[in-house]
Amino acid sequence: MVTNSGLVYLIALPLFGALSLLLLGRRADKWGHLLATALSAGSFAVGLFQLSEMLGRATESRPVTQKLFTWISVGSFNVDASLLLDQLSICFVLLITGVGTLIHIYSISYMSDDPDRRRFFAFLNLFIAAMLLLVLGDSYLNLYVGWEGVGLASYLLIGFWNQKAAYATASKKAFIMNRIGDMGLSFAIMIAFASLGTVSFSGVKENAHSASEATMTAIGIMLLVAAVGKSAQFPLQAWLGDAMAGPTPVSALIHAATMVTAGVYLIVRSNFVFDAAPTAQLLVAIIGAITLMFGALVGTAKDDIKKALAASTMSQIGYMILGAGLGPAGYAFAIMHLLTHGFFKAGMFLGAGSVMHGMNDEVNMRKYGALRKFMPITFITFGLGYLAIIGVPPFAGFYSKDMLIETALNAGGVKGILLGGTALLGAGITAFYMTRVMILTFTSPKRWDDNQHPHESPILMWAPMAILAIGSVSSGFLLSRGDALKHWLEPLFEEHGEHTELLPPIVVSGLALTMVAIGVALAVVKYQLSEVEAVAPENVTEFTQIARRDLLQDEINEALFMRPGQVLTSVLVKFDESVIDGAVRGIGQIAMGSGSSLRRTQTGFVRSYAMLILIGAAALIAAIWVVTL
Amino acid sequence: MNIDNYLYLSALLFTIGAVGVVVRRNAIVVFMCVELMLNAANLTLVTFSRINGTLDGQVVAFFTMVVAACEVVVGLAIIVTIYRSRRSASIDDASLLKR
Repeated sequence: MVTNSGLVYLIALPLFGALSLLLLGRRADKWGHLLATALSAGSFAVGLFQLSEMLGRATESRPVTQKLFTWISVGSFNVDASLLLDQLSICFVLLITGVGTLIHIYSISYMSDDPDRRRFFAFLNLFIAAMLLLVLGDSYLNLYVGWEGVGLASYLLIGFWNQKAAYATASKKAFIMNRIGDMGLSFAIMIAFASLGTVSFSGVKENAHSASEATMTAIGIMLLVAAVGKSAQFPLQAWLGDAMAGPTPVSALIHAATMVTAGVYLIVRSNFVFDAAPTAQLLVAIIGAITLMFGALVGTAKDDIKKALAASTMSQIGYMILGAGLGPAGYAFAIMHLLTHGFFKAGMFLGAGSVMHGMNDEVNMRKYGALRKFMPITFITFGLGYLAIIGVPPFAGFYSKDMLIETALNAGGVKGILLGGTALLGAGITAFYMTRVMILTFTSPKRWDDNQHPHESPILMWAPMAILAIGSVSSGFLLSRGDALKHWLEPLFEEHGEHTELLPPIVVSGLALTMVAIGVALAVVKYQLSEVEAVAPENVTEFTQIARRDLLQDEINEALFMRPGQVLTSVLVKFDESVIDGAVRGIGQIAMGSGSSLRRTQTGFVRSYAMLILIGAAALIAAIWVVTL
Repeated sequence: MNIDNYLYLSALLFTIGAVGVVVRRNAIVVFMCVELMLNAANLTLVTFSRINGTLDGQVVAFFTMVVAACEVVVGLAIIVTIYRSRRSASIDDASLLKR
């Protein structure tokens, strides 16, 4: 494989930014944000250069590696800290650094009043660096380092305003739920090492066919647990909504470019594992289908604009996981949806931030309305993202989501109908709740107080939104033209046989568009044509009440895991206090007690000592006499 | 004369010495009783040397005498010093280490 010494700069630039901003402290307050943005942009430039180099090479010699140093060398087990840039990684590198840089630029203005802006940019750079390490590692162990780094950076950023107790709790919640996923990844690495003797992607790929299916299924399920944690999939989805505690650019970064995409990357990267383990693969698809429905249903009831978008992220990532669970037919479309989603979701989160910026940080959509007139640029960019996410042709989401629905339907048998049907229904619900967001925020009559003065955001904020809107419009068409992305990624995946077509593509598109039209129409009737109350009504259906509480996800987690965990902890604390501490203190008591009773024999009278010596000597002699007799 | 009588005599002397150490309070008397016990032991050693027809016991008796001489020097010095500082030769009074 071709080696290339330039890969390290991709990670080194943002990492340098993070370290220097953190180490220089207040001295860097004046220019820290500029340095961080420049370094992120520099990393993007390196990525573009690598892409141009890669395009210039023949298909089979496109992947490049760089060995940094020998990390572990024990007997026959060797792990190098090496980077691997192939057709899949480059997609992620460009998404992370490109969208990441735009978010940096946006944050310069968004965070300009925050006294800790320098620290914020240091964490943003750390996030980018960790995510790049995650997608560039050439073995599961290298990936794991980036994986943990992403977890750390997200914890720091979600809890950036940790002076508010609720925000600090949200960051801890995200971190702890991610740890469950991390445990899955570490188990997968251990199983791979124990049964295959290697943890590199190429090594596991070589052994994938010779290993038993049970082994591959175990690795696959553990990898799925990891992906479920990081990508906020069912049943580890609860942290995503609370992660909205972070500043809005962080939400954009977490939801579009980094963090939640890591799970999709892991599954697509491990395609050889899942191809050899059909059970695990089916489980991936089922988890994806459940989550896309879960997120969509939660999204219909949320009044907080950021939480509605968060629910939609969960749902869209569900689509990607579903695609990744469909085997070789779906990998490319999962990645395609991930890329298009990166554009429109980042654009919409930045748009939400722009709305909050103009509305004194109000997040309740019922207190918005009629903002189209006051924020025309935000309205247009958000609107383009909206058209993309609900899948209106020719916007980006149409191509990628349509492909995923079609692939799911064509998966064959009952499985195909169920998965495809869920995806179709999800598309309809997506259209409903996104139209609801759009109407409540921009086009319905105004419901805000007169002391609000909504205004358009400065250029540093709307320029990134505009660029992302262009991506939301064009990326789907560009990536799917002549199956460009599919052919680009093809060398990484195994050939798959001709699949059966349940329905011709044009019919599937028609069905999907019908669902979307129904969803939009319902939302228009319910929110545009009828009065919307500024306070959420209480007399709503049972379902709405449950959906407002995230389909009881926290209640279930608390009842199933938190309370039994607390009981277990208190029992263990009691055990520790009574049994273990009791034993230790008991030994001390025995020593002290025997000491104080033996102390009485020490009278200080020489004659009594002499008496004792005499008695002792006599007893000794008597004993010897008895023994020898 | 029966040689066993020497052994009886030394046992008697040892017993008198031991009882004296335990019963008497005056440090000088106690000290003399200790000497009496040492010499009773010496008499035993010499007697057994005679019975066995070897010189081992007599050699050890010489050792004992040397050790006893040293002990007298050190012991008397301690007793005199205590008497000087506390105006008392009673060994029951010298029980400070108990505390």
